[in-house]
Amino acid sequence: MNRIRRLLIPIAAGCLFLLFILPLFALTLRSLQTRAWEASSGSGVPEALILSLLTTSTSALLVLLTGTPLAYLLARHHFRFKQLVTVLVELPIVLPPAVAGLGLLIAFGRRGLFGPALENVGISLPFTTAAVIIAQIFVAAPFYVRAAQVGFQQLDMDIEDAARVDGAGGWTLFRLITLPLARRSLAAGLAVSWTRALGEFGATILFAGSLQGRTQTMPLLVYNVLERNINAAIWTGLLLVAMASLALFLARHLGKSEK
Amino acid sequence: MKPRHAIVLSIVVLQLVLVPVAAAQESQTLTIFAAASLTDVFQEMADRFVELNPAADIIFNFAGSSTLATQLIEGANADVFASANLKQIQAVVDAGRIIQPVSIFARNRLVVITPIDNPSSLSTLSDLARPGVKLILAAPGVPVRDYTDTMLQTLALDADYGSAYPEAVLLNLASEEDNVRQVVAKVALGEADAGIVYQSDVTPDLNDLIQTITIPDEVNVLAAYPIGIIENTPNPSFAKAFVDYALSEDGQAILMKWNFIGKCPASLNLSLTPPIQSTTQPASTSAPTGEPDPAFAGCPA
Repeated sequence: MNRIRRLLIPIAAGCLFLLFILPLFALTLRSLQTRAWEASSGSGVPEALILSLLTTSTSALLVLLTGTPLAYLLARHHFRFKQLVTVLVELPIVLPPAVAGLGLLIAFGRRGLFGPALENVGISLPFTTAAVIIAQIFVAAPFYVRAAQVGFQQLDMDIEDAARVDGAGGWTLFRLITLPLARRSLAAGLAVSWTRALGEFGATILFAGSLQGRTQTMPLLVYNVLERNINAAIWTGLLLVAMASLALFLARHLGKSEK
Repeated sequence: MKPRHAIVLSIVVLQLVLVPVAAAQESQTLTIFAAASLTDVFQEMADRFVELNPAADIIFNFAGSSTLATQLIEGANADVFASANLKQIQAVVDAGRIIQPVSIFARNRLVVITPIDNPSSLSTLSDLARPGVKLILAAPGVPVRDYTDTMLQTLALDADYGSAYPEAVLLNLASEEDNVRQVVAKVALGEADAGIVYQSDVTPDLNDLIQTITIPDEVNVLAAYPIGIIENTPNPSFAKAFVDYALSEDGQAILMKWNFIGKCPASLNLSLTPPIQSTTQPASTSAPTGEPDPAFAGCPA
């Protein structure tokens, strides 16, 4: 009986781990068997790769610029409805991407809540590269904000206090003390957030549609060419897996050396 | 948890997982993979079919025919496949997953749709080539797109449109959707100026949201919907009964009600290497109006 109990743990753990790795194994195996990389020419893979890199680097930059202040506010300040704000900021993490896309569409679409106002200033978002970036920010920023908030909270307040005693305050304190100290956790959070943006699919296909070179990022390409050119889909999938793995390794490395 | 409890728990869990599978086999669940454009008409047919066969329980998987074909080729479980064109069912036949013969049970034709207020003031097919029109089509490989491409190639031969016409239209593409119903949805939301879909996609619910521009029959494409029974289905008799129902007078009446064109007296025997041409090929000498395609034998042009 004890032996069975001892075996249950590795068996249960092994089952779950197999579930994680078998799809990756199958993707790799099939791509080797069919030489999937040869199928990638003329199927839109290079265009999708370039578009994915362009949109995710833009969205990551915007997440950094807007997410850092938000995370700092949440980490350092207490205000009314802070719990509510925190929940709203984290909601996109668990929101079904199709809901996110639908929400973006009926908020910023041509017939959306703010569509007419945007149209008045000559902006039409749906089916544009900008829409891809907005969808990515919406789903990916919470990962950064959460990590950055924890990063700020973990800082030793004594250091900031000491700096304050020495006359630093406000922006100077943040720029010279807080930011350098928290930079590793910020970078780790940004890497995770970038990975999420790279894999973004549901909100993009609803809000931005799918068109080669303009809105068809790598995940959309996988879905779109699956029927026509399964090898191109597999190859793109493998590229995505590789890019995401690298980013996650980087995030772990940054997170570890922090301590 | 005591080990004995763990074992009991595992058995319970196993039973929960396995029992429904066994039960499903007894209660004659019929799994039907059908083109997205068949959504409404098949749901009504299923209701009637279950009235006639109370033991049957029908589960649908509606998607672009090309998606369904891929799923079936990769081994998805189903009893019946109804595709919006011959190419996609042919791919499944080639993979050895469909019992011959395959029957054409419905036909359809293309229309241009715009949001109800028609923001780009489109009225003819030539307007689709006007710069700045936001057009949405299905993605390549989805049957309605193949039919659309065929139509554009036909129009290119017409001096009124000119050989640059297809390219000019495709330059207006804002998005390529994965099935025809997604095209309808985005036009109905008003996000695009126009889409090309089947006439049957403009269901009564959409009359307040969508305007239809008809396409003349001379340049239109007659879409053919084949239906076939999957090899080794656990319910061959029910699967055949459903196919027969779709071909029956009752089934045809429901199709007409939903704005489809009825079947033609054509039962195709798709061989493993058939003479069926890809509809994506540019229409040259074998334009749809020229040599009759065997699939269209005896059908109204």
